Amino acid sequence: MRQLLYLVIGIFFGMVMMKSEAASWYRIYEMFEFKSFHMYGIIGVALGLGIIITQVIKRNQIKSIDGKLIEIAPKERSVSRYIIGGICFGLGWALVGACPGPMYTLIGAGYWSILIVITGALLGTFVYGLLKDKLPH
Amino acid sequence: MDFILQPWPWYVSGVLIALVMLVLLLVGKRFGMSSNLRTICSMAGAGRASEFFRFDWKSEQWNLIVILGAVIGGFIASNYLMEPNYQIVLNPETVSNLQEMGFNNAGETYLPTELFGIESISNIKVLAILLIGGFLVGFGARYAGGCTSGHAISGLSNLQRPSLIAVIGFFIGGLVMVHLLFPLIF
Repeated sequence: MRQLLYLVIGIFFGMVMMKSEAASWYRIYEMFEFKSFHMYGIIGVALGLGIIITQVIKRNQIKSIDGKLIEIAPKERSVSRYIIGGICFGLGWALVGACPGPMYTLIGAGYWSILIVITGALLGTFVYGLLKDKLPH
Repeated sequence: MDFILQPWPWYVSGVLIALVMLVLLLVGKRFGMSSNLRTICSMAGAGRASEFFRFDWKSEQWNLIVILGAVIGGFIASNYLMEPNYQIVLNPETVSNLQEMGFNNAGETYLPTELFGIESISNIKVLAILLIGGFLVGFGARYAGGCTSGHAISGLSNLQRPSLIAVIGFFIGGLVMVHLLFPLIF
């Protein structure tokens, strides 16, 4: 039952990624060229509502359907890991025009070459796991 | 029904993304899409190579189900919720900039055929672009501890400083790629 719920959330998310054009390489390119408001509008609205949702959940101590208090664990303090990791991510995001959610959406839309991007992303994750202790965090 | 078939305006999409985040929080999960990559590595036995992948991946199965859903959602949207010959309405300046870099007919397809067309994969340069780009996304997302959903949406929503630093990083990387490296690559 719970599995079905996750599946429905995923299906909805995939449809939104496709229909919002957030899964389009062109839209990501245009965003970094500052030639369109589209992506900034999407992220801005999602973030604005997200801040309200998060504040309401915290202040009212809302519980999840398991009856547990919804807590968002703070990320560990650091600058280097977020800035260096973030730059790597941004370089890749702009190059292939897809972040980890839309990549899967694009398989469903029939763009088989995205499988190469996903292979690369898995390799990148694996290499991070190998180098983790040697990288500045 | 017609509204669903039309391209969705940004404010509708933004609300729907926030809704996904809300529902995930209410079912006791977090909105973070890149974690599935680590889960898949772990499932494939990467725990033998690094302690980073030694965790109970079965407890993270939910994010694999979510991405399976994302695949199905992409199929439904592209086949049933979008007109055939769907076009992306780009800024004419974007179209002409892309033309100069060798991307013809920008916006007439959902993705540029020069990079994602099935015949382009036989081109070693295109193959390298897709593989390296994917590598940077996977490596960077794990290094920064999250991607667009985890940092730019849920992390910033929680007013976390680390997420702000990560998002600044995403933008530095994206701007460097598009403005400094694209002219060298394309």
